[in-house]
Formats: sequence, structure tokens, C-alpha cells
Amino acid sequence: MNVEQAMEVRQQKILAALENKNTSVYFQDALDNEMVLNMGPQHPATHGVLRLLIKLDGETVAACVPELGYLHRGYEKLAENCSYHEFIPHTDRLDYLSPLMNNTAYVLAVEKLIGIEAPKRAQYIRVIISEMARISSHLLGIGALAMDVGALTVFTWAFREREKMYDIFELLTGARFTTSFTRIGGLAHDMKPEVISAIKEFFDQFPEKFNECLTMLNTNRIFVERLDGVGTISRENAIAMGMSGPNLRAVGVACDLRRTQPYLVYNELDFNIPVFNDGDSLSRYYVRLNEVKESIKIIRQCLEKMPAGPVHANEPKKVLPRKEPIYTKMEELIHDFMIVNFGVNPPVGEIYHAVEASKGELGFYIQSRGEGHPWRLKIRSPSFMNLQSTSLLVEGGMISDIVAVLGSLDPVMGEADK
Amino acid sequence: MLTKITEKLKAQFPDSITAVLEFRGETTVHVKKENIVAICQFLRDDTASLFDYCSDVCGADAYTPENRFEVIYNLYSTILNHRIRVKVFVDESDLHCPSVTSVWPGANWPERETFDMVGVVFDGHNDMRRMYMPEEFEYHPLRKDFPMMGIPDSIPLPRK
Repeated sequence: MNVEQAMEVRQQKILAALENKNTSVYFQDALDNEMVLNMGPQHPATHGVLRLLIKLDGETVAACVPELGYLHRGYEKLAENCSYHEFIPHTDRLDYLSPLMNNTAYVLAVEKLIGIEAPKRAQYIRVIISEMARISSHLLGIGALAMDVGALTVFTWAFREREKMYDIFELLTGARFTTSFTRIGGLAHDMKPEVISAIKEFFDQFPEKFNECLTMLNTNRIFVERLDGVGTISRENAIAMGMSGPNLRAVGVACDLRRTQPYLVYNELDFNIPVFNDGDSLSRYYVRLNEVKESIKIIRQCLEKMPAGPVHANEPKKVLPRKEPIYTKMEELIHDFMIVNFGVNPPVGEIYHAVEASKGELGFYIQSRGEGHPWRLKIRSPSFMNLQSTSLLVEGGMISDIVAVLGSLDPVMGEADK
Repeated sequence: MLTKITEKLKAQFPDSITAVLEFRGETTVHVKKENIVAICQFLRDDTASLFDYCSDVCGADAYTPENRFEVIYNLYSTILNHRIRVKVFVDESDLHCPSVTSVWPGANWPERETFDMVGVVFDGHNDMRRMYMPEEFEYHPLRKDFPMMGIPDSIPLPRK
């Protein structure tokens, strides 16, 4: 098959998929005003490289077929070829808006497979960094949604706050985006007092600034009316289509893995699960907004309750030793050599561990054959499953609502394409 | 923990359940692929299980002479808050497996991804296209015999 034939075959298949869709919109118009529009992969409202093929009847969307794979880097294949520790930096690049959350989710899955648990202090720090990642991700979600429907100011204000958070991440991990902060059985290093005071300082001023953003949006009639009743999905459909996270809680399902299947120290913390019932874009926005407020509550409690102590589990054969003892002690040198060269060798078995990430249920399914690298590692990415409902949400609506729906779904293509 | 469900499953489908495994508090049920749709339907509708949420469908290459491929269904119940894993085996000589999109419409994209990555074809799926790789790509990258560095010239590049 030469290149042109291949491209032809591909176009034909996509067109056939568009034509065969059962759509709710039919028209018998003498004026043939049906057209196929290609949106993306380079389009500011697709939040990355998502491509949507849209069949239009005038301004109404008759059918929509999302095309993925423009950011497919094959992380699952890579995972099979590197050790459990080596894969941690790759998790940064999945949902690149909340890398700390992915780090945490991945090591929790590996720890479950090995059968170890991080010490209490490490667990509290993991909760803090996860919730900070959630806030920064939701800030971008809200800001980008506002920008998509025309409110540019809020976008810059949200980014200003996000930038302050990234300064804290840099202070904590040494990098703004590629954090790679967690380790199997603990963290890269402890949270220093100056980081804790920086976090406290940030959250002293943040609620006020966040409320400024919200005032700009919640009392903005154009913003509310652009989202109200747009892109609705029913409760049954949302569950059946595998939606998760804020998008699922916007249809009235109080399903949050932090509560329903608690991990880390979430069952020791007091917070609410915001749930809205309309299932439209506005509800999804409201869920995110309220989740930010709950996350602030969680972080404040964690900073108060966080115990002193080590941040690495006492499992010398599974947890990477510190640098100083490696250079001075024989045992640590041996363990470091074995872990780096041969890996942590979990027992034969398979596990699935999911956490409530900022976009939804982020799960890692790992098959182990007792070797230093996973036999199969599957990433259950929430953006992928949320995007699946795109066609349900936009079909029958207006073309201009597509950007509002996509913005309120808040997908990250790094995660959807893996 | 899920013994009640697995007992019920065994009673309902005595010939189809080949193994029930426990590891780290998680239950994996191995079933025969011919009955996967009926079993999924049962798991979704039975009042003791109510697995209304299909978290994920994925494929794996066990690289064994028989039953080389596995299709794994990670299920969750939003009502009863429990998880179960169902696994079917697909032999290389017959790469077909019934689709569960009739039970959970959300299995659509994960099944397409499984087809793309390991090459298991889902019968009854209405849109069996590749998910990530280009349509003209001939291989299935998550098979163990596909090299990690890729195969040169396997993706035709546009002419200058």
C-alpha cells in the first residue's frame, strides 16, 4: 500500500464512521447545507492535540467523531522495558497538569503490588502534594474554560495563582513540571520547613484571590448562560460511558475514590464531596470550583496533623537507600546496586489500584512475573474515558458549544493518548 | 470478600468459570470467552454484584504457545463500592472475542485500544477501528514480539 492509498483508506474509514453514526438530528432540506468540519489537532480549544471530525447541519452538530493518538508515546510499552523505579519520571508526562498526583498514584500501585506501605509522614505529604496538584489542575481547568467561552481575564488570574504554586513545587522538588517526587516506599526527600511555610503563606492569600476569580465568573451572565444546560448527559449514561471524577459528580453520583475506597490518610481527614445534579457544563464547572475549596481544607488539616518521622519505609530490599549511607556503608551499597540494576522484584501477581486524580479515576493495572520490570502495565486514564462521551455531549447542540463542552470536560491529551 | 459473588457466578455458569484467584485482596475470575457477555450481563444486573461501571478493558500478551492473549476487564460498582477483575484468554489461532459494549457502552474505546495494541478483534463492536496508531499500520505494538525501538518504515511518512 503506498502512502496515497493508505491516506485514502484512512479518510474513507473516518468518513464511513461519520456517516454510520445514529444521530438524533435529521433534516430533509432542499438546500444541501451539510458539511464536514475538521477541528484540530491544532486548535486552542481542544487543550492539546485532540482532533474532532464534525458533521454539521447548518450550525447544529449532527455527528462528531473524536480522533486520538496524536500524542501517543507508547508509555505502556516503555514501562515493560524499564524497572519500576525508572518509570516514575514517565508518569510526570501523563497528566502534565498534575504530575505530583500521577507520581503518587503510580507508587501507590507498585507499593500495593510489593505489599509495603509508606510511613505516616510520607502519606501526609503525598496527600498535600496531590491536593496541591488538584488545585493547580482545576485552576487551569476553570481558567481555560473561561477563556474558551470568552472571559480572558480569569484565565490570567488563575494562571497567576498557578504560577505561585509552581514556585512551591520547584522549591519542593527542584522542578516545576517534571517533579518525579515520589519513590517506592516513600518520597525523594522530606518536606523542608521552608516549603511548609511557603505553602502556609500561599494558602493564606489564595482563598481571597480565588474568590475574585469566581466573582468574575459566577456573576457573569454571559459565562453562566454559555454553560447552563449545554452538553448535558444523564446519570445512567455517564456511569455506563465510564465517566469519572468531577464530570461524574456533576450528574449526581457521589462517587469519589477518596471516600469510597480510601487510600493514603483520606479517611482521617474531614472534607465534603461536592455533587451537582444537572449534568451540564455549568455543573461540571461548579464541582471543580467546590473541589478547590475542599482541597484547601484538606491541605490545612494535613499541615496541622502531619507527624514527624521518616519518609521512607524500613524495607531495605525494596526502598532505595539514601545517598550518604550508600557511600559509607556496605549493606546500603549492596541494596542500592541490586535495586538499581535488578529492580524491586515484586511477587508474581496482578493488581489494579486507582486513585481519585484531578481528572477522575486514574488507575494502574500491573501484571508482575516476579521480575524487576512489569510484565504489563496498563494506565487507566480518566481523560481517555471522559473524552469518550464527547460525541454524546455535543451531538444535537450548536457548533459554538463544542468549545464550552470540551473545556468543561477538562481533558489532558498527554493522559488520554499515553 | 467477594466469595458470595464468585459462588453465585460458579452456580450460574458452572462450565465457564475456570479459576478464581485472590491476590492482595483483589479477586480475579478467569472465564471462557464464549460466555463473557452473559457473565458480564449477570455481574452488572445481579443484586449482589451490581458492577455498573466498567473501569477498564485491556489486553495483555502472555507470550505462551496456547492462550497467548488475555483480555482483562476491571469492573467497579458505584453502588456497592467493590471491584472485581474478569479475565478471558484468546488463542493466537482465533483472535476473536465477543464485545461487551452491549453491557457497558463505555467499553467502546478501551476495546478499540485493546484491538490496536494487542490485536484482539471484538465481535459485535460497531466501530472496530484503531484507537491510537494510524489505520495503515500493520502491527500491534504491545505484543511481546514487537521490538521496543519500533520497526523501520512501518509508518509511511508523507512525501515532501
